[in-house]
Amino acid sequence: MTITNPSNTDVTPVEMVTVFIDGVALEVPKGTLAIRAAELLGIEIPRFCDHPLLDPVAACRMCLIDVEGMPKPQPACAQVVAEGMQIRTQLTSPVAKEAQEGVMEFLLLNHPLDCPICDKGGECPLQNQAMSAGRPESRFTEEKRTFDKPINVSAQILLDRERCVSCARCTRFAEQIAGDAMLELLERGAQQQVGTAEDQPFDSYFSGNTIQICPVGALTSASYRFRSRPFDLVSVPTTCEHCASGCSLRTDYRRGTVTRRLAWDDPQVNEEWNCDKGRFAFTYQTQGRITTPLVREDGELRPASWPEALDIAAEGLKAAKSHGVLVGGRSTVEDAYGYARFARVALGTDNIDFRVRQTSDEETAFLVSTIAGAPMHTTYESLEHAPIVVLVAFEPEDESPIVFLRLRKAARDHGTDVVSVGPISTRGLEKMRGRRIDAKPGDEARAIQDMSQEITDALSQPGAVILVGERIAGVPGGPSAVLELAQRTGAALNWVPRRAGERGALDAGALAGLLPGGRPLSDETARADVANAWGIEATQLPSTPGLTGAALIDAASKGDIDALLVGGVELADFPDPERATSAIDAATFVVSLENHHSAVTERADVVFPVGVVTEKAGTFVDWEGRPRPFTKVFADALMMADATVLGMLADEMGTPVGRSDVRGIRTELGTLGPWRGSRTPMTQTPAGATHQSGQTVLASWRQLLDLGVMQEGEPHLAATARPTVAQISEATWIHLGKPEVITVTGPNGDITLPVEAADMIDGVVWLPMNSVGCVINRDLGAQPGESVQVSA
Amino acid sequence: MPLTPVITEHWDDPQLFTLDGYRRHGGYQALAKALQQDPDAIIGTVKDSGLRGRGGAGFPTGMKWGFVPQNDGNPHYLVVNADESEPGACKDIPIMMANPHALVEGVIIASYAIRANHAFIYIRGEVPNAIRKVAYAVEQAKAAGLIGANILGSGFDLDVVVHAGAGAYICGEETALLDSLEGYRGQPRLKPPFPAVAGLYASPTVINNVETIANVPYIVDRGIDWFRQFGTEKSPGFKVWAVSGHVNRPGIYEAPLGITMRELLDYAGGMRDGRPVKFWLPGGSSVPMLTADHLDVPLTYEDMAEAGTMLGTGTPMLFDDTVSVVKAVTRWLEFYKHESCGKCTPCREGTFWITGVLEKFEAGHGSAAEMDTLMSVCEQIAGRSFCALGDAAATPYPSAVKYFREEFEAATNTPVDEQFDPVASYIFTGAAAR
Repeated sequence: MTITNPSNTDVTPVEMVTVFIDGVALEVPKGTLAIRAAELLGIEIPRFCDHPLLDPVAACRMCLIDVEGMPKPQPACAQVVAEGMQIRTQLTSPVAKEAQEGVMEFLLLNHPLDCPICDKGGECPLQNQAMSAGRPESRFTEEKRTFDKPINVSAQILLDRERCVSCARCTRFAEQIAGDAMLELLERGAQQQVGTAEDQPFDSYFSGNTIQICPVGALTSASYRFRSRPFDLVSVPTTCEHCASGCSLRTDYRRGTVTRRLAWDDPQVNEEWNCDKGRFAFTYQTQGRITTPLVREDGELRPASWPEALDIAAEGLKAAKSHGVLVGGRSTVEDAYGYARFARVALGTDNIDFRVRQTSDEETAFLVSTIAGAPMHTTYESLEHAPIVVLVAFEPEDESPIVFLRLRKAARDHGTDVVSVGPISTRGLEKMRGRRIDAKPGDEARAIQDMSQEITDALSQPGAVILVGERIAGVPGGPSAVLELAQRTGAALNWVPRRAGERGALDAGALAGLLPGGRPLSDETARADVANAWGIEATQLPSTPGLTGAALIDAASKGDIDALLVGGVELADFPDPERATSAIDAATFVVSLENHHSAVTERADVVFPVGVVTEKAGTFVDWEGRPRPFTKVFADALMMADATVLGMLADEMGTPVGRSDVRGIRTELGTLGPWRGSRTPMTQTPAGATHQSGQTVLASWRQLLDLGVMQEGEPHLAATARPTVAQISEATWIHLGKPEVITVTGPNGDITLPVEAADMIDGVVWLPMNSVGCVINRDLGAQPGESVQVSA
Repeated sequence: MPLTPVITEHWDDPQLFTLDGYRRHGGYQALAKALQQDPDAIIGTVKDSGLRGRGGAGFPTGMKWGFVPQNDGNPHYLVVNADESEPGACKDIPIMMANPHALVEGVIIASYAIRANHAFIYIRGEVPNAIRKVAYAVEQAKAAGLIGANILGSGFDLDVVVHAGAGAYICGEETALLDSLEGYRGQPRLKPPFPAVAGLYASPTVINNVETIANVPYIVDRGIDWFRQFGTEKSPGFKVWAVSGHVNRPGIYEAPLGITMRELLDYAGGMRDGRPVKFWLPGGSSVPMLTADHLDVPLTYEDMAEAGTMLGTGTPMLFDDTVSVVKAVTRWLEFYKHESCGKCTPCREGTFWITGVLEKFEAGHGSAAEMDTLMSVCEQIAGRSFCALGDAAATPYPSAVKYFREEFEAATNTPVDEQFDPVASYIFTGAAAR
């Protein structure tokens, strides 16, 4: 459904130098570090502080090598190779070998011999390299240095200081990669230790990475500490199900239970990092699971057999005259495709949407015309080398953290100019060395239209990128404006949804008016393609677009839709949860596919249990349009994927939909391929009305760590979330009399919470959308861009 | 060899530290001369004078200045390393207290030469009186238009900042000093890039010792030939020698390079109570020790190297026969252990280890095997640590064992304090008691 743009294969010629490592000639690009060059030959020089994604520090001295012409052994991690350089590693140089053995002996002086109880034991670079590069016995007979253990550097991250070898990987990660320089080395000499300021824990969204790159067991997580030994774990490469960054993960399990998740090395996507949500938020997979089908009898749900539940569901759906399908934003491509196909073939409806959030017709038109099934043109790699990246209605650190990390890297290493169109300069923007173009929420379209020549000129450079977030849906004229800006400047336009499944669901056609591969439903050829793939007559497909977004909810709540099929939807995530709930209540028949009990299952007539990501194979498509396939973690899992259940249901209804296993669906999608026909260009929507002066406009987005249901059961993770604080401009704050607490009032009621002055425009109040004590959809009833009242 | 007071010439004038006092003795004439010359000509003068860095390494100063790229569009900085903390070294602090304007004038000339409009004087935080004197001198120079915009109508602008360190030996290491000056934790930086290319705030930076800079006005004022009449071909000029230890008149003696320890010792009134010199260090605890056999070796960079040591800071410490070498080495290693910044493994762990073992020797619990271990540990540090602090820490033991092996052997069975009465080493009588 997506293809790689062949023009991305341009290669700039690189100047090469020839070096000799242990006598073997090797040609490497100029500027290569000796340690990397040796790796190319398969020579592993022992190391601790070296990390290919961190700036060299040459502190641990473990990688000392012998370089001809240099009087002292040199650290391979900082030694840039030069033409003709003769390098001897521990394999051929007694000097290097002895130097490394000496350093290893030093490192072990003050390191405790607690390997048998250490989490790292078994996967520990210190343990391994002590075996490969150390002497059998230490000559050190004095008393070791000790520290109180462990200390919390955050609620999640624990530090056993006596195990630390001062490699500074964690502190450099925090400072260089995450930009959260809250970890620092303190004290001197053997008393040197990692620590934080007293009032500033290491509450970085990326803190878990420090555990993974720690070459000893000094950093552990509260959630995994003492839970298992590495050699008892089975590891499976997976993809993160949380956001559209598309991280490669490694899921480790023992005896049928996931014990931890790690970032997996994927240089094209997440490099070696992930965020703490992706790392730690997986307890939901095992908590509150629905284990059997449930059917409603006398108003109560009761367990039922699969045949009974399928029978009841099939009858109910068949009896209904009108249908609607709501798919959650974290479906796999295969499952979303299952819903898209089931809706059209089995239910004969085009009323389908995957967007459990604010939507607009303009956004629908934008996604259908521009994003769905489009080939991949912008990648993480291109972000890194972009001259300018303009962000619209998008806060990368919260809404797509790996995009944030790559933009920070771009700014730090390549001077990429990051420009955010919005009301507030967040810490995230600061960490991307970004600047802001002022725009009140809802007014971004006008700000784009009025964009300075300087920015539009910059956007006209090759490689320039525009990233729009899902909140563009709430900006009247926003999608039109960004599209127009992209067309005017030639910048690459990308949509970065927040949830992992949205791009895939779009590509799979789980949206009214849209068939798989970006095919417009209104196009006859497109319908013929799809009907052919689905083995039905084209005339059996709906030909007029169905209802989406708020219209679909509205129709259902008015009782205009008889039956709803709902998969993986949290009603609280709709902008108007009450109305969404009434939509479910109003439907005469509701079928829910869920893995845990929810507000939908409470109201459903039939509930089918479905598998979570560890129990099925599937694919997420990240914001780039890159497929991120993953396999089942638990090969013997009994839970079925949504698409499989839908296939059975379709059979039961007598309207089979074709192969519903992952392989079958992938084959079908592959055969269909992306749409190459014409698309209806979206009609331009004018920019929305400027807000009246004197009104306070609400700005809000979902923070990375918040009340999201998939973060449940992780108290240590939750404790590292940002505190719930309202933000207003300094002038507004002073105008209000410098209050400590403000009350924000919207249609549904008010929210009172601490306030701080921030670098933002006047007349705007920022609130977290779904955090402890601040649930906007429910308690305030206003969406970003709408007016609220603020009082001290 | 006679004493040649230059920087110290008018230290008997209690007003020398003031601008008027300094001017009364010809101060700031060199600046006026310098500002009439091309900056490159001054770099040339300093190069040709052969002035070598007085901070310890003895790197040719003019060459260092010449490394600064010109017309690179970046700001340049001059940083004066006034973080004098080497055990035994006490020459920069007296210079700053008695003759701060020589330093300030040197700073202005050097800044002009390397085209720096900002200079920083990083002074050890534990010496507030020296900080006050230098700050006062800078203030006076500013008031007199010697620092500021368009100095003496030359079009040259300069701001000078006096910065107090926070008490870390490592901050005397030039790149750690830069980190500290930038507000970071003082730890040495990875080189390259060298400070001359990317130093303070990633801009070309020259870092010079106080005494080095204080030499500059005199060289500019009196000329290369005058300067080169002192010292040797490879070690031209004079030196502010700070003689300390068991001598009758410890203090500052300014004399040409090439003077011998025996001559300096004469100026210092000889050893207390006529006792013999047991061992001595020409320039701080970081250089290998010498013995009475070396009293006639000329104190030059090259002769000291030949004798297996270094001139270092040029601040000889002399110890008589009441002192236990084991004890002295242990004290030094305790210092290095305390001051090791922690960045690199060999220095951090090695100083921890050596100190623990030496303390056992001091208590008479050493062993022959541990003498081998100590030597091996020193070898594992030297040349493998991140900066020179580690090398320095690995110096005292091997040099002590070279001349006084039997004392370490004795310390395998007898506590040091039983071999050497500690009171005898620190009680001064007669002339030295003053």
